[in-house]
Amino acid sequence: MTDKTQYLVRQEPYYQVQGQEVALYEAAYHARLPVMVKGPTGCGKSRFIEYMAWKLGRPLITVACNEDMTASDLVGRYLLDANGTRWLDGPLTTAARIGAICYLDEIVEARQDTTVVIHPLTDHRRTLPLDKKGELVEAHADFQLVISYNPGYQSLMKDLKQSTKQRFTAFDFDYPEATLEAQIVARETGIEQSVAAQLVKVAQAARNLKGHGLDEGVSTRLIVYAATLIGNGVAPRDACRMAMVRPITDDADIRATLDHAIDATFDANPA
Amino acid sequence: MPTGIRPVTDARQRQMAHPQVQAWWQALDCGFAPVADVFEECLDEALSSFSRAQMEAYIEAARFIGKLGRGPEPLLAFLEEWPAVAAAASGDQEPLLPQVMGAIRAMQKSPNSAAITPFLQTLAAVAKRLQSAEQIELYIDIALNLMVRTSASIHGHHTTFPSPGLPAFLEQAPRLLGLLSTAGLRNWTEFGIRNYGSHPERQVEFFSLKSADSHAVLQRERHGTLFADVERSLDLYLRALWRDSDLLVPYSTAFDELRQPVPYFDKLGMRVPDVFDDAHGPAGIVSGLNRYRAVLAHMVGHRRWSTAQIADNWSPFQRMAVEFFEDCRIETLLIREYPGLRRIFLALHPQPRQDACDAETTSCLRHRLAMLSRALLDPGHGYTDPVLLDFVRRFHALLSASESSTAEIAALALAYVAKTRRPSDQLATIHFDDTVIDYRDDNRQLWKFIEEGDEEQAFDAERKLEPGEALRGLPPRRYPEWDDASQTYRPDWVSVYEALHASGNAADIDRLLQKHAALAKHLKRLLDLLKPQDKVRIRYQEEGSDLDLDIALGSLIDFKSGATPDPRINMSHRTDGRDISVLLLLDLSESLNEKVAGAGNASGQTVLELSQEAVSLLAWAIDCLGDPFAIAGFHSNTRHEVRYQHIKGFSERWDDTVKARLAAMSAGWSTRMGAALRHAGHYLAARQADKKILLLLTDGEPADVDVAEPGHLRADARKAVEELSARGVDTFCLSLDPKADDYVRGIFGKRHLVLDRVEQLPERLPLLYMSLTR
Ligand SMILES: Nc1ncnc2c1ncn2[C@@H]1O[C@H](COP(=O)(O)OP(=O)(O)OP(=O)(O)O)[C@@H](O)[C@H]1O
Ligand SMILES: [Mg+2]
Repeated sequence: MTDKTQYLVRQEPYYQVQGQEVALYEAAYHARLPVMVKGPTGCGKSRFIEYMAWKLGRPLITVACNEDMTASDLVGRYLLDANGTRWLDGPLTTAARIGAICYLDEIVEARQDTTVVIHPLTDHRRTLPLDKKGELVEAHADFQLVISYNPGYQSLMKDLKQSTKQRFTAFDFDYPEATLEAQIVARETGIEQSVAAQLVKVAQAARNLKGHGLDEGVSTRLIVYAATLIGNGVAPRDACRMAMVRPITDDADIRATLDHAIDATFDANPA
Repeated sequence: MPTGIRPVTDARQRQMAHPQVQAWWQALDCGFAPVADVFEECLDEALSSFSRAQMEAYIEAARFIGKLGRGPEPLLAFLEEWPAVAAAASGDQEPLLPQVMGAIRAMQKSPNSAAITPFLQTLAAVAKRLQSAEQIELYIDIALNLMVRTSASIHGHHTTFPSPGLPAFLEQAPRLLGLLSTAGLRNWTEFGIRNYGSHPERQVEFFSLKSADSHAVLQRERHGTLFADVERSLDLYLRALWRDSDLLVPYSTAFDELRQPVPYFDKLGMRVPDVFDDAHGPAGIVSGLNRYRAVLAHMVGHRRWSTAQIADNWSPFQRMAVEFFEDCRIETLLIREYPGLRRIFLALHPQPRQDACDAETTSCLRHRLAMLSRALLDPGHGYTDPVLLDFVRRFHALLSASESSTAEIAALALAYVAKTRRPSDQLATIHFDDTVIDYRDDNRQLWKFIEEGDEEQAFDAERKLEPGEALRGLPPRRYPEWDDASQTYRPDWVSVYEALHASGNAADIDRLLQKHAALAKHLKRLLDLLKPQDKVRIRYQEEGSDLDLDIALGSLIDFKSGATPDPRINMSHRTDGRDISVLLLLDLSESLNEKVAGAGNASGQTVLELSQEAVSLLAWAIDCLGDPFAIAGFHSNTRHEVRYQHIKGFSERWDDTVKARLAAMSAGWSTRMGAALRHAGHYLAARQADKKILLLLTDGEPADVDVAEPGHLRADARKAVEELSARGVDTFCLSLDPKADDYVRGIFGKRHLVLDRVEQLPERLPLLYMSLTR
């Protein structure tokens, strides 16, 4: 039997509560309802789940999905060893057996035929058929399935099937409100609250251009990067350019506008 | 195309299809057959934007031009170009038409009547560049000035010879205005007149841009930051930093040397100068771009925080003081948002010397207020006047805890006027030096006058509404339309007529594709990367998704018997084939005929031409991918006539027949989007495919001539999108309308993209499709 303690979140992750999400998640977990967390990239979805796993004292198994992933990568496969073939559980099967929270990050990245293997786990059956092995795994009473999903993608392909969506309760995440976000950045990186607020200001300027030349705004994660650079002695304006502007655009006009926003925010010499 | 023209010897006897058009044709009293041939089409265009009164003026002017005795050319040019000119000047032909007619009369009276035709021929292109009636008038002044000063000075006696340079100048005008502001154009012209006024040949060389010094002067005049070059940056600036956006309208700075025009904003947009030079002040240089930003930031401040005050009870002095105080209040709030703004404002703000104004002889109120304004913004102002210092303190006290308000700050301003009043304030000589703060707008929005009353007469002049002749061919298909007000459908409300699109020359499309060969090559590489969706098994993999049992057993036996086993015992899956059907629906309404502004489009292409290129490339790309696709266009002329034109059917190949239809693409009429979406959607819904995508390319919001309330067709379009979604069709909208933000999300949800730079359409449309289906 797998050692479930290896999947426990040992230290309390820092998570800044934004509303009622903690209580609501607890209720969903209590009823073992599958959960979907939606929101733009880098807004704290993964952090939230990690925090909840810690709070509930449940093991957490995270799978980062990608388009080359197959059902076997989730469920398991036969391997060959000296004595013949041996079955190896995939992360989803492991989670179902040991009663972990299984977090499928960026589920839309996986192809739809991969996605459907989760269906029997998400309804009243709570089972996982291992067709190749001829076994029907009954999910552990503590098992819960969580998926994350960024609805901002333009691709019509990267959308969940209705039949998949309709199996989950959902949380809508977005970038935190400005003061909260500044608090998060300050707490994560140890930089001053006032500097963090300025970084958030610049990020918001970029977010305003979403749909006007930018596909995505600046994520909380990128703000944290900029703050980390500042913490390491990089000048704020350079840190902003490097961590928040350059990664998101190659468009010269947009770059100039955001550079100006940085100068205006950090009161640097205009030229 | 309207028909019904029967060849009749005298063009005056021609019969026009529509009685109203017939009446206008008679009013025109024109005997030129070529004019009769196109008259209906010209009118069609005019009717789509002119009110009845405007139509009358248009026809009357045309009649005059037709009788100049210069053949059909000038009349043709006028009939064809004028609606576009009026449209460029925001549909406002009233002030412009007399100007243009005046110019024509002046040319006719002088020996320059031959210039009338080129003048009219380039006027629309010029208007497109200048975009305001005022600027177009300036252009006309420049042309007339050139005419007067270069006509017949050769022998020094009475004017008998036409200006050699004028026709060349008129031909070059659109190009010149692409490079110069009207001020620059005037300087360049001035140079040509002064130096070649009496050398006919060299004058022609100069004005047709064939001489070296003509180029050199042109280059020299291109100083400063032209509005046209930074328009997009300014739009981004407003959106990114201020979450604001509006139409930006440039005004000319060069012709009013005494009273420089001042920025302002009103319902129609934000008015800014057409060019800004870098400002060199004691505090350093402020770039032209940053001067524009300062102007916009200031206006944004008013839009956010100012409320209009009733002006009637206050004296001009009091109002002036209120304006200074309020300007400083909003700038303080702006700086609070972006501290870096202070530097820019202060670098542009004058710093009046404390003792510069002699209060015995001059009215010093302006001077006092300008100092105060400086002191309110500049902590290091250095002024010592105790009253000034007291008011600076009170100002900051009001603003320390809150945003204060226009009314509160106005009270402070009145107190200031009362406190500092001097008899000499009434003197006629006013001290102006160092008191003009040129990034501030004229504050017209800060006041309301009770006296004048509400003259908000919506001049929604009746628009043209004669439904065109019924289409021959298939009977119409009727669709319901959603009535948002009553939350019900109006059954069988809209008639959609289907037809095969007319054909042109397929080689034109091949030529367009050829033109974009480099882009096509780039796209090809991306297309190859697009992962298809169905699975194919690949065996003999060391790493794979599944054990391949046959091979594995063989390996195991090898292993047990001591031989080296083959490690490639897994298999994996590759995907193959895509199951996507896509229908590309093109808005073919009138507005597509507009030329695309912007630096990247020097050739002056219309949106239609760009769309044609983009659609050709997209069709080529989808064809490479092998996805079944169809193309159709639509436009409408009231609910009785939505035309839906097939360009390519799902079963047709991407071949010359289809290309020929694409080549003939033309635009006209309005955009009844919901009906077109429903009709296109019913074709898609009938297809077998995993993904059914309706890709809509449009440059504006739903509209039609028989619907006054804009919300109605939007709501209907949204409803149509919902209906399609329920039937498994995903709709995605690519909008070319810079103002689309206001409504496009309401209709399409997140499934839309607003393309800011229309000139990039040929590149972006295929890329968009790829990213949608990746
Ligand atoms: N509420 C929050 N509390 C603490 N940290 C946060 C919070 N929100 C965001 N962060 C910070 O933002 C970073 C990115 O968050 P996270 O990795 O959870 O994003 P995500 O939404 O899962 O992104 P993706 O969709 O790209 O996986 C975290 O590492 C953390 O520093
Ligand atoms: Mg994540």
